[in-house]
Amino acid sequence: MDRTAGGITRWSLVNLLVLLYALVPVVWIASLSFKDPSTFTDGTFFPTRWTLRNYSGIFDNADFVRGLGNSIGIGLVSTLVAIVIGTMAAYAVARLDFPGKPLVLGLSLLIAMFPQISLVTPLFEIERTLGLFDTWPGLILPYITFALPLTIYTLSTFFKEIPWDLEKAAKMDGATPFQAFRRVIVPLATPGVVTTAILAFIVCWNDFLFSISLTSSSRARTAPATISFFTGSSQFENPTGSIAAAAIVITVPIVVFVLVFQRRIVAGLTSGAVKG
Amino acid sequence: MNEEVSSTEVVPVPGRAVAVPSANRRSERRLGWMLCAPAAVVMLAVTGWPIVYSVLLSLQRFDLRFPARKAWIGVDNYATVLGSSFWWNAFAVTVLVTVVSVAVELVLGMVIALVMYRTIVGRGLVRAVVLIPYGIVTVAAAYGWKYAWTPGTGFLTRLLPAGSAPLTDHFPAIGIIILAEIWKTTPFMALLLMAGLALVPEDTLKAASTDGATAWQRFTQITLPLMKPAILAALLFRTLDAFRIFDDIFVLTNGAQNTGSVSLIAYHNLIGGLNLGIGSTMSVLIFVTVALIAFVFVKVLGTSAPDAGRR
Repeated sequence: MDRTAGGITRWSLVNLLVLLYALVPVVWIASLSFKDPSTFTDGTFFPTRWTLRNYSGIFDNADFVRGLGNSIGIGLVSTLVAIVIGTMAAYAVARLDFPGKPLVLGLSLLIAMFPQISLVTPLFEIERTLGLFDTWPGLILPYITFALPLTIYTLSTFFKEIPWDLEKAAKMDGATPFQAFRRVIVPLATPGVVTTAILAFIVCWNDFLFSISLTSSSRARTAPATISFFTGSSQFENPTGSIAAAAIVITVPIVVFVLVFQRRIVAGLTSGAVKG
Repeated sequence: MNEEVSSTEVVPVPGRAVAVPSANRRSERRLGWMLCAPAAVVMLAVTGWPIVYSVLLSLQRFDLRFPARKAWIGVDNYATVLGSSFWWNAFAVTVLVTVVSVAVELVLGMVIALVMYRTIVGRGLVRAVVLIPYGIVTVAAAYGWKYAWTPGTGFLTRLLPAGSAPLTDHFPAIGIIILAEIWKTTPFMALLLMAGLALVPEDTLKAASTDGATAWQRFTQITLPLMKPAILAALLFRTLDAFRIFDDIFVLTNGAQNTGSVSLIAYHNLIGGLNLGIGSTMSVLIFVTVALIAFVFVKVLGTSAPDAGRR
């Protein structure tokens, strides 16, 4: 790599292209969300007349506020449960020797690749029978299931990097395997657990298919699904501004998470993919 | 590759070679089962029974609008679906979107991976910003693309001849669907490939350079072969992920102009048509196709299991 002025200029240009690739579509949605409704059809990239009306509009919309609450609640509960039972399984996979290990890993892999639509049809009917249709648990259950494979794989990779000798030392001092797990490994594993929790939360937050299929009202419908039902406050009003503002509202928290935990997320997403 | 995933035998963890007393071993086994049980039970309960149930449903005439006509009809639903041009059109669209977007993502992802890995200025910034498409909600991004291509509203339609509405024509609409899919998921592909790049020893590259190999020769003859496992894993993961495409198409066209994917028409049969028999048949067929793709990758190309990460 040449660190000459020419090299730096060349790399800066290449970087700029990559930054434009990632940012232009996002800036476009943001600028739509700030456009005055009378200027939507001017086709300009940046707003010619700025307004916050689109944002105040969606926060006056009871369905959207409810959807946001559902998204946050369902996402947090699903993530919490997936992390608790996923951490247990990942510890067993990374650290213990037992015959069921290939079974657990195989099942996780199968689910990670499973087409969600193949579950939607039977779940639709099963949840209607069980009374879970259009309720929080009705979405939390599939979300946990699809967050678990990611949790087990990512965490077991993190766990393999933890200094194993410390646990052995704890066992020599008389700790049972469970005490060693709780007192020694858990504190060491917290950074990995936090990263995995963010990735699991993104999976739940991003879901659209389950949310539009397994709900029929704003009772449990999450924000991304709510947005797709936006029609504008009257039939003459164009929902463009509300949709753009809502899109930005549900995007900002995740983008902030991703930027703050960038290094860890890269490690989490790529762990297990290449190294053993 | 994660060898513990790819092979069924248990790889001994270094430093654990010391023999463990057998009582300890038994308790270790018991603990292993206990710790895995909750996760395994949830995964099996939420997927296992529904899969069996959807196979059962697919063998019945079961339309929620006419519950009285429910009956076992063997493989008639399969004959109906497989004999329908509607299904095969959706299948063709899904395959087209999958093949084109994964192929473009591989090339573009490799370029971005090389930039993130090699750049000498602003590396942290590039790596952070590239994650934004990964973090954005698919539906939100899809609306952005939809409005960008809407006549009058969008800044991109202004680049086209006046009066064009690309989302209302078959092939332009599919092009936009592919564009939205590529934009959103290339960063994930790039991250997986970048992790593969890290496995290529610098010394080998330097030695080849000293021997007079050009940058292109170093890339095709050293970097690519060494990255093959990472590339295949990324391809397998993204192919299966692209095959279930739903969100982008739902927002961009909702299947108009024959742009529906298999997931989308299965959804419309369920929610719009309330036809559980046909919907389940499509679900089973999609599941079987995905299993076939995975089988080809793993058995024919020798791919090891990729990470369970997703977009």
